[in-house]
Amino acid sequence: MKILVGIKRVVDYNVRIRVLPDGSGVDTDGVKMSVNPFDEIALEEALRIKEAGNAEEVIVISVGGDECQQQLRTGLAMGADRAIQVQTSEPLQPLSVARAFLKIVEREDPGLVILGKQAIDDDNSQTAQMLAALWDRPQATFASKLELNGSSASVTREVDAGLETIEVDLPAVISVDLRMNEPRFVKLPDIMKAKRKPLEVISLDDLDVTVDGQLGISQFTPPPQREKGIMVDDASQLLQELKNRGLL
Amino acid sequence: MTAREIMEYDVVIVGAGPAGLSCAIRLKQQKPELMIAVIEKASEIGAHILSGAVIEPEPLDELLPGWREDPPPVCIAVEKDEIWLLSQKGRRRLPTPPQQKNHGNFIVSLGAMCAWMANKAEALEVDIFPGFAAAEIRYTDEGAVGGVIIGDMGIGRDGEPKDTYMQGIEIHAPITILSEGVRGHLSKQLIKKYALDKDSDPQTYGIGMKELWRVQPGKSIPGLVQHTAGWPLDSMTYGGSFIYHLDKDRIAIGFVCGLDYQDPEFVPFEAFQQMKNHPMVKEMLEGGEILSSGARAIAEGGYQSLPKTEMPGALIIGDSAGTLNVPKIKGTHQAMRCGMLAAEHIAQTSSVDGFDAKLRDSAVVKELHKVRNIRPAFYKGFWRGFIRAAIETVTAGKLPTTLSVHADDTSMRMLDGYTSPDRKWVERTLPPRDRLASVYFAATAHDEDQPVHLQILEPDVCTTRCVAEYNNPCTRFCPAHVYEMVDDEGGQQLQINAANCVHCKTCDIKDPYQIINWVTPEGGSGPNYQNM
Repeated sequence: MKILVGIKRVVDYNVRIRVLPDGSGVDTDGVKMSVNPFDEIALEEALRIKEAGNAEEVIVISVGGDECQQQLRTGLAMGADRAIQVQTSEPLQPLSVARAFLKIVEREDPGLVILGKQAIDDDNSQTAQMLAALWDRPQATFASKLELNGSSASVTREVDAGLETIEVDLPAVISVDLRMNEPRFVKLPDIMKAKRKPLEVISLDDLDVTVDGQLGISQFTPPPQREKGIMVDDASQLLQELKNRGLL
Repeated sequence: MTAREIMEYDVVIVGAGPAGLSCAIRLKQQKPELMIAVIEKASEIGAHILSGAVIEPEPLDELLPGWREDPPPVCIAVEKDEIWLLSQKGRRRLPTPPQQKNHGNFIVSLGAMCAWMANKAEALEVDIFPGFAAAEIRYTDEGAVGGVIIGDMGIGRDGEPKDTYMQGIEIHAPITILSEGVRGHLSKQLIKKYALDKDSDPQTYGIGMKELWRVQPGKSIPGLVQHTAGWPLDSMTYGGSFIYHLDKDRIAIGFVCGLDYQDPEFVPFEAFQQMKNHPMVKEMLEGGEILSSGARAIAEGGYQSLPKTEMPGALIIGDSAGTLNVPKIKGTHQAMRCGMLAAEHIAQTSSVDGFDAKLRDSAVVKELHKVRNIRPAFYKGFWRGFIRAAIETVTAGKLPTTLSVHADDTSMRMLDGYTSPDRKWVERTLPPRDRLASVYFAATAHDEDQPVHLQILEPDVCTTRCVAEYNNPCTRFCPAHVYEMVDDEGGQQLQINAANCVHCKTCDIKDPYQIINWVTPEGGSGPNYQNM
């Protein structure tokens, strides 16, 4: 069985996000970029399945400009066997990404597609669901546990009411949640090995993917700044200050 | 525990700053067949680099001819120099001394420039490994340096391996280059082990703090380089500020002060913030926002403090050795030259032997010799230093005397019998409010579940001697508020907020008892500076 894992290049989670002064987007100048943390968890799970002898190959895939090769190489260094970059300079939204993934799925015929439940930049949480629909295969989203039983998988999902366990037939699309596992550190010699692993570049045009229905983004605005607080000495002063501000 | 995995290289370089990267690039240019690894503790190249930075371009011309057509991401030609002597509210323009004339120089982000240089090095097939800390030296059976050992990952705070535990590998190489920057923790060990400083004065340091601001349109005048001296420092504390005007409405502002200051109650971070509150500076920054901030120690000992730079199997280069030119407030060109010189020496001789003599005969050390008396002249106060600096400058360092350099850990006065100067510091309004708010802009990150990388060798000293003698100055000199005295059952205890650390090394330097030992945390930890 092959496992396909999606990798998105995003602003690192430690970076303080800053909106550009003209509101046209988020400042990425000199900003650290990383693999979307949920995608790292997805890849870790795929690697564990392979290491347990339940898969033969793990393929990482990313849609984006050549800079995303850096994140694909990180995936290869973690242990993926090969990488595919679907090359496009245009920032794509989930439907187009799902369509691009579908083309690769049709070509590679994987038994499992494991994706992060969402990317930490746009927080859409749509690609996995859309891919499952387009592919017409089962989906198990927000997974925190995955067990393979031959031609099906038992998936524990994190839902509002607690945990829900469902059975899905394979092939299926799984989107993973934070508690699924803790991704491994990359080993230094594996970074060298990753440089020699195959990384295929396919242009989005060659895949014949329709890019339409993209939403326009009119404005980015930072959250309003909190006003400076004051320290009060006691409860009566607190009451007085609240009254002064018309809050009581 | 299983035997560590081993990787073999011809040369391993610790630290991807200007010295290490220049060395790697030069080596590959001269001997492409050499296998070279560069180890960097930052999560990516440049993320731990903090500098002004106005740089002299000559070493870049030499190392990467044609770089002007493909400049680093932040690179603005200097148009104008100004030096101001500040009083609390006023200012007076001073003549620009020749060392600080910056015509022909460039304002850069050294972090961005290092990332740019790393790309050049990788194009020459240098293997660069960010996110890995060279935690220990690997010695050969003959007792020479034979590479480094990468720190283990995935160790819990209790010292026990976690599920994600990954043993660090050994990198074996006949030649190891230490280019860790100021007060490198491996360099510190090697200087001690091989007594490399036995014929030199102690090293002396400064602490530099910096913020990158985006200001209101029109406030930044691209290419303007301003320096200030005077307020808010007392005359016995060496230091001043830099204000570099970049493009895109950005201003890099920073403050440097000598770590040989005497006042145990002094707070360098607050001095920086007070300087920003001066009317001249406040006017520039008001209405703007901080993009990034951080701090880093600076080696100020120069010529007198330069240790021997070679030992069996290894060299110490750049700011790890202390090649910065203090009167110029510039270290990058020196570090780069030093790195290139090391590379040329290794390419010619395939050995480290003889490098130290070559360095001392080079432009790097000649430049340090010329200005050797300027920094120590300020030990006797600002004005006496100012006059001596003028004399040394006019005579180009040819006077026969050489002033000696003193250590920083012994300069602090004990509370008993010392009165702190009345600093007349004012309430200020510009952000950041305090050190914690500042650390936020350094985007520093350490997994909390790892051993504390700031080792207190004798914890009792903090709560017995230090509190009485100096009132725990670590709680004040640390710019990231790592050290805190907290009430605990039965008295005060030192709390170490190691996750805040920005790797500036001030504590390792200034602690009067020398019981704080800075070691590398898990690779990839630390600040994530952005265009610093």
